[in-house]
Amino acid sequence: MHHGDARPASEENGFLSNDKTSPTQPTLWLLAVRDRRDRTAFLQLFDHFGPRLKAMLIRGGLRDGSAEDVVQDVMLTVWHKAAQFDAHRAEASAWIYRIARNRRIDLARRKPPPEPDPLAEPEGSEPDAPQILALGQEASMLRRALEALSPDQAKVLEQAYFEDLPHSRISEMTGLPLGTIKSRIRLGLERLRRDLKDLRQP
Amino acid sequence: MTEITHHISDHLLDAYVTGNLPHAFSVVVAAHLSLCDACRARAEAAEILGGALLDRVAPSAMSSGAKERLLAALEDTSPPSAPIARSGIFPAPVMQALGGQPPKWRMLGGGIRQQILSADREGSLRLLYIPAGRAVPEHSHGGLELTLVLQGSFSDSEGRFGVGDVETAGDEIDHQPMAGMEGPCICLAATDAPLRFRAMIPRLLQPLFRI
Ligand SMILES: [Zn+2]
Repeated sequence: MHHGDARPASEENGFLSNDKTSPTQPTLWLLAVRDRRDRTAFLQLFDHFGPRLKAMLIRGGLRDGSAEDVVQDVMLTVWHKAAQFDAHRAEASAWIYRIARNRRIDLARRKPPPEPDPLAEPEGSEPDAPQILALGQEASMLRRALEALSPDQAKVLEQAYFEDLPHSRISEMTGLPLGTIKSRIRLGLERLRRDLKDLRQP
Repeated sequence: MTEITHHISDHLLDAYVTGNLPHAFSVVVAAHLSLCDACRARAEAAEILGGALLDRVAPSAMSSGAKERLLAALEDTSPPSAPIARSGIFPAPVMQALGGQPPKWRMLGGGIRQQILSADREGSLRLLYIPAGRAVPEHSHGGLELTLVLQGSFSDSEGRFGVGDVETAGDEIDHQPMAGMEGPCICLAATDAPLRFRAMIPRLLQPLFRI
């Protein structure tokens, strides 16, 4: 598949034409699955995330075979729930992380985890390219900041996100030098939400 | 509706996003996220970090045939049914905990009602109904208590809590929440240890609370 096939319609207005500032490749694949039920893009998502999800699940204590079963469940959920993916609020990796986390909780507790109300977007609103772009830029800064962490610091994060980290150790995450980037992402998402509300209340 | 002023702490939000928060507390957090755009944005920012970690993990090869199995499953499975949605004052996570039904209140005396939604060794979750101007018996608890207001308001030594506000009480707090005069207060409360009531009669009531 040609990369351009998966790009969102919003790219046509020129905001996302620069490769450095377009959404990540996995996000483009997920948009192609969402908008066109593109199976080639779906298999590319599987090639990229399958082995990573499996590694994450093994870190979380699953054995090889069960980890693969859960990867299958997660990818099926990606296929069926793709319509709910919102590129303004998440990258593909974050959205898929959430699905995998929920599946892991569901299996461990034998009951599905609670999910917040879905956000209702105004009918027929156009994709907000600058917002998607800003989110992508902050996310790549977050990735660079991750690379700069010490192995011990990165280990705390991976333990929290992939395994079980006791409550008493969760606060170690707060002290890591990622806070500024996380709060910029948060502010961007909050601003977007306010704009949408204004849109709905003429 | 007034602005939400009492939010989820960083610690609890990180525990929620990473799947390390027990069920009862997760329901309270998810219900608050349904009402609070600020905390929803904080949770989404923390999920972006989860995605970045997933992206950089050393991959573990899938077995051969995994792709064929997935493609076959695409044909065989139908989309899951839509989850239970919000209804009235109850956000989706609360309606899910209620099994899609309206609350079945149990009288506790003094006009106070409750419904226990779940209880396991990690904590219990319940809905409480407190008539206007009425106080819940003074109590302390051995651990953490999270209380989210869904209707009306209550006040205690920590301040006033309106719709969407969450009170996070540790075991150091002895509090006696009192419902506002504007109408009955309905809240969702998660605790990880039995409540201990101070006054004599409320202690007799404690078996009724069953937590
Ligand atoms: Zn909040």
